[in-house]
Amino acid sequence: MTQEYRKEKKYGMVIDLDKCTGCGACMVACMAENNVPFRDNETDKLKSITWMRVYQLNNGKSYPNEEICYLPRPCMHCEGHNGHSPCVTVCPAIATDYDRETGIVSQIITRCFGCRYCMGACPYHARYFNWWDPVWPDGMEKSLSPNVSPRMRGVVEKCTFCFHRYQLAYEKAASEGRRELRENEYQPSCTQACPAGAITFGDLINKNQAVYKMKKDPRAFRLLERLGTNPKIYYLSSREWVRRAGDNYHPDEETGIVKNHR
Amino acid sequence: MDSAFIPEGVKRCPFSQFLAGLGVVGVVLAWGIYAMLLCWLKGLNQTNMNDSYGFALWIWADLAIIALGGGAFFSGFLKYIVGKDELKNIINFAVLIGFICYSSALLILAIDIGQPLRGWFIFWHANVHSMLTEVAFCLSCYFGVLTIEYIPLILENRKIDKIPFFHNLSHNMHEIMAVFASTGAFLSCFHQGSLGGVAGVLFGRPFAYREGLLVWPWTFFLFTWSAAAYGPCFTIFLTRLLEKITGKKLVKDNVIDLLAKISGWMIFTYIIAKIIDTWYWAAVTVHSKGQTLMDFYDDNMFYGLWILVAEIVVGGIFPALILLTKKGRNSEALLWTAVILACLGVCINRWVMVLQVMAAPVLPFEDWALYYPSWQEVATTILPVAYGIILVMISYRYLPIFPQEKELNPIESY
Ligand code: SF4
Ligand code: SF4
Repeated sequence: MTQEYRKEKKYGMVIDLDKCTGCGACMVACMAENNVPFRDNETDKLKSITWMRVYQLNNGKSYPNEEICYLPRPCMHCEGHNGHSPCVTVCPAIATDYDRETGIVSQIITRCFGCRYCMGACPYHARYFNWWDPVWPDGMEKSLSPNVSPRMRGVVEKCTFCFHRYQLAYEKAASEGRRELRENEYQPSCTQACPAGAITFGDLINKNQAVYKMKKDPRAFRLLERLGTNPKIYYLSSREWVRRAGDNYHPDEETGIVKNHR
Repeated sequence: MDSAFIPEGVKRCPFSQFLAGLGVVGVVLAWGIYAMLLCWLKGLNQTNMNDSYGFALWIWADLAIIALGGGAFFSGFLKYIVGKDELKNIINFAVLIGFICYSSALLILAIDIGQPLRGWFIFWHANVHSMLTEVAFCLSCYFGVLTIEYIPLILENRKIDKIPFFHNLSHNMHEIMAVFASTGAFLSCFHQGSLGGVAGVLFGRPFAYREGLLVWPWTFFLFTWSAAAYGPCFTIFLTRLLEKITGKKLVKDNVIDLLAKISGWMIFTYIIAKIIDTWYWAAVTVHSKGQTLMDFYDDNMFYGLWILVAEIVVGGIFPALILLTKKGRNSEALLWTAVILACLGVCINRWVMVLQVMAAPVLPFEDWALYYPSWQEVATTILPVAYGIILVMISYRYLPIFPQEKELNPIESY
């Protein structure tokens, strides 16, 4: 079979909330992998950078009926309508872009001039501003990842689906004369770090990959689908209240009324 | 001491008093400049903005001063295109206010961006789909037009006018001013509109999002309309204020009356459009996203229905009704009330279209995010006010801003 040269892909994730224990390993792995800066005092969560953030949801009931669910939230790499992601369309300097080859929403750190319009556009709060220049504890510079440039103050950053890993995997494949990546060759850091195996990553439109089948699971939903952001992160939950928490509904509406782009 | 520079036939306060006034405002200006330098040198960590509030006080100030400065383009449009010639007696002042508002807006934008040295990327790497790109281009161009409109005024200074070259230049510029005023009106429609579009295109933020016509959300048209409607009120407000401060009548009542009447009609029609827009947004747009109007006005410490009432009724319907009646326009107290309420009304509109957009949660499991500005943000927002006062003081003293001043205030010894 001849392979097309770099066929269009839509990389995405399926996160099984029934499996997630809220341990936060994905958050830590993401910070380490991407040289995400942190401060001495991280109590103000509205100023700390968490490309991957685990939310704690509850069903609003009190003990003994209270239930908790943890929901990891990376950037959704929204496709919007035909690549018009909420954030990409507004950036005045094309410092963030929807890559039609991979479906990844990139962030071009050296192009961003820090107007923060994209942050206002993203309903998921997936974008973070560098309010400070990064300061690494003594000696930590040596352990930073050489594959990801640290950012300077005054620019916006966000999850890139570990795009550098895609580039490395692609280079390796190319050196072996292959034009297509195998499913396990390109996996983001959070996915690999999750001890519960709650995150599955792959090409959502490739019939042979796990995510393709998983996104059709009846438990699947996406966050804020009604807005038309067309995100590439699917969640699985067997609990109705969790699926309902993923979007806004009128009391008389059933969950799952939105036609999914599945 | 500086009497040779003061326009002929008008009286000004002693130079020492003028300097003292400049000194007082200068202190405030210096405070603002200090805060501005802190933001530039230390970064935006000097502000209280955060990842929920990427846009905050500054963007509001930008939108508000540009709406208020809308008097310049709309009076220019009325005078040069519609042919309301009486307005020539207030147009200089409207241009001066516009110049101050637009230069301030550009300055605030330069402070507001995280990497000021990369500010030119917005022109160089322009994304033509972004409303902010449109804002940047039209704003800069229109600021250029305002500068061109302001220059002949400077050239009319008694001393400068004596130099034949400048005298002729000023004369020739006046001749072609209609071209610039029309260009300005055209550019203004776009940047006022695109400022409205900034919020209206955010389809991820149901509070801001509006459907519209082609690529322009309804807020695009509402912003242009409201700037044209409310801007003249600000011009009237400042004229009256200056008259109070100087103790002189500077513009004849019929001029103010005409501007007030037009403004009244504009606000009246605008507010009807705004009510329809709000109703449609609540009943159709927001409803289709699984939310209701009250989701945006409830359940938080600050944004209640009161703000909608303040914007539409107190800051819209009230001033419109006052300005539409002859009695309202003729009564000093009512006119003051109307223009102040109108200015507040448009400022509230700009506030909710920036700050409430950021405050309202979208994800059902998130909460309202409230914010208060840091002193550095407040100081840098007051900075343009101080700068504006200084520019008005200097311009009023040395330039013939008000053509009717001489006639309205004859000096006995003449
Ligand atoms: S989640 Fe936010 S940052 Fe990521 S693509 Fe969507 S709108 Fe952009
Ligand atoms: S902050 Fe940067 S990436 Fe975001 S819209 Fe502005 S220039 Fe673009």
